[in-house]
Amino acid sequence: MESTMEHAHPSRKLYLLIFFALVVGTCVTYLVAKIDLGIWNPVIALAIACIKAILVILFFMHIRYSSKLTILTVCAGFFWLLIMITLSLTDYLTRL
Amino acid sequence: MSHNLATTEEHHPALAHQFDTMDQQREASTFGMWVFLLTEIMMFGGLFTAYLIYRHKYYTAFVGGSSSIDVTWGFANTLVLIGSSLTMAMAVWAAQNGKRRQQMIYLALTMILGVAFLGVKAKEYYEKYDECHIPGQVIGKGFNATGGCDAGDPKKGNIADDLESRNVPPAAAAQIARQTEIFFSFYFAMTGLHATHMLIGLGVLAWLFLRAKRGEFGPEYYTPVENVGLYWHFVDIVWIYLFPLLYLISRNGHEIFS
Repeated sequence: MESTMEHAHPSRKLYLLIFFALVVGTCVTYLVAKIDLGIWNPVIALAIACIKAILVILFFMHIRYSSKLTILTVCAGFFWLLIMITLSLTDYLTRL
Repeated sequence: MSHNLATTEEHHPALAHQFDTMDQQREASTFGMWVFLLTEIMMFGGLFTAYLIYRHKYYTAFVGGSSSIDVTWGFANTLVLIGSSLTMAMAVWAAQNGKRRQQMIYLALTMILGVAFLGVKAKEYYEKYDECHIPGQVIGKGFNATGGCDAGDPKKGNIADDLESRNVPPAAAAQIARQTEIFFSFYFAMTGLHATHMLIGLGVLAWLFLRAKRGEFGPEYYTPVENVGLYWHFVDIVWIYLFPLLYLISRNGHEIFS
């Protein structure tokens, strides 16, 4: 079963497509930072960063084509990272 | 010593004896590589968390520090690193398809782009040194963000002036400019750790290049290329977050003072 998944490698065309998506994301984040949007500046910049990171993980790092064990490992890691960031910030951002 | 080759199935020379098949070996090493990368994610994640907490605590100082970095170079470097991720992905593709020459070309391109990134980073570091924005008093000109450098142009790297232009009262601006030392400590710690990862990556890429030259990788066995690819993409992802965090998110922070 796993050997059938092995052969589902992404094509070069898909890699180029992902590359162009990443370039567009970078240009958008660069241009948006020049406009003053108040609270939305960091939100948009980090949202674009997250989309770019997800594209890299799914396609360049082949998670889209990986076994369930690998997918679960990656998800578990990012889950713990989110726990560290959100729990730390909920403390510091709500101190009086 | 009763190991009899006649009863052993013909297998790939790269197959380690504890694994039954090449697929199983690849699966195990991908899993191991990801576990390593997760420890790396937690290490950088700790720095990101600390950065966000201090940005909250010393927001004005972070606005001043962040605004003193040239976004254009950071933007250019982001494109360079994304490009190197593409060539790295292509190198893995070439290895999977047994294209030795293409694999060498893509690995070489990845290294060239990696060196270009570090070159731009060195230029940015020199700019910070020139503006007296290196924290502490140890390296050359000591940290001096309020009145500019003592030698040469006294206005160079003057963050207090920048803060005053953002409606910060002059007395407060001078004090807050001192606190940008915290921002620059994070800046150098995070980009420095990232650059160290790039240097290690370049070394590993050179090793891969030599192995690829010897024709060691093909459709049956390309795990080292795949795993170095995972490492290189991880370093790219760290930069994808460092760029907005250090260069972008604090630039428009003037409205809070008025």
